[in-house]
Amino acid sequence: MPSTVDGIAFAVLAVALVGGALGMLTTKNIMHAGFWLLEVSVAAAGVYFLLDANYLALVQLLVYAGAVSVLIIFSVMITLRRREDAVRPRDLSWQAGLLALAFAGMMIAAIAAYAWPVAGMPAGAPDLVAFGTRLFAPHGWALPFEIASVVLTAALVGAVWWSRKEDE
Amino acid sequence: MRVGLEAFLILSAVLFSLGLFGAVSKKGAVQVLMSLEVMAVAVNINLVAFSRFLTPLTMDGQFFTIFAMVISAAEIGLGLALVLAIYRRSRQSEVTGLNELKG
Repeated sequence: MPSTVDGIAFAVLAVALVGGALGMLTTKNIMHAGFWLLEVSVAAAGVYFLLDANYLALVQLLVYAGAVSVLIIFSVMITLRRREDAVRPRDLSWQAGLLALAFAGMMIAAIAAYAWPVAGMPAGAPDLVAFGTRLFAPHGWALPFEIASVVLTAALVGAVWWSRKEDE
Repeated sequence: MRVGLEAFLILSAVLFSLGLFGAVSKKGAVQVLMSLEVMAVAVNINLVAFSRFLTPLTMDGQFFTIFAMVISAAEIGLGLALVLAIYRRSRQSEVTGLNELKG
């Protein structure tokens, strides 16, 4: 990929990510905030494509843009009794802004001060076959993968248990 | 323009700070969960960027990201179930209304 295209794509995705997050924070309507989160998820998938993480980009689109956003939008709709309830105050406190600004300043200063050992993106990323082979290698990531599926099952059962009717 | 590792790290730091801002200042429980999702996305971008630039052949950061995604999917599912349970009990889902344990 030529480096000029890289720069333009990165700039577009960065604007989409930061702008989407800002839109999510500043909109007064919770439904709109949910749709901004959807936009942030899609832009993040674009960043993964830029970093040659194709599998992660697809998972991001399926899990975050697909499932999580729909889940959030549905729970917003369930917890609203009237249409007007979606509009609520912005709730932006200056103390939180100060905290976030201090954190961002600290991180950016640390990133800029450190001498990173790489100049540009290394050429040639492994393809999907190599990724899958490493993921399911017996002494690689196979055991954490199985544990992760147990975690997901437990979370699923817990979510069903919590959201059941009280009087059953 | 050449995009280096620093650009991705700064992007993810800015995104994480925005998520932090929302998670601390918002009062609706669903909005706090949305901000947490933004923070999780920022962390994942960080991991994938490190993986691509520093360990491009072993892809360690990408595997970390898979597990981080599993955890945050579990977190959002449980969080929303909890919001629904709280809403069913007290007809509201404000974080500031959850003060039953206050002494």
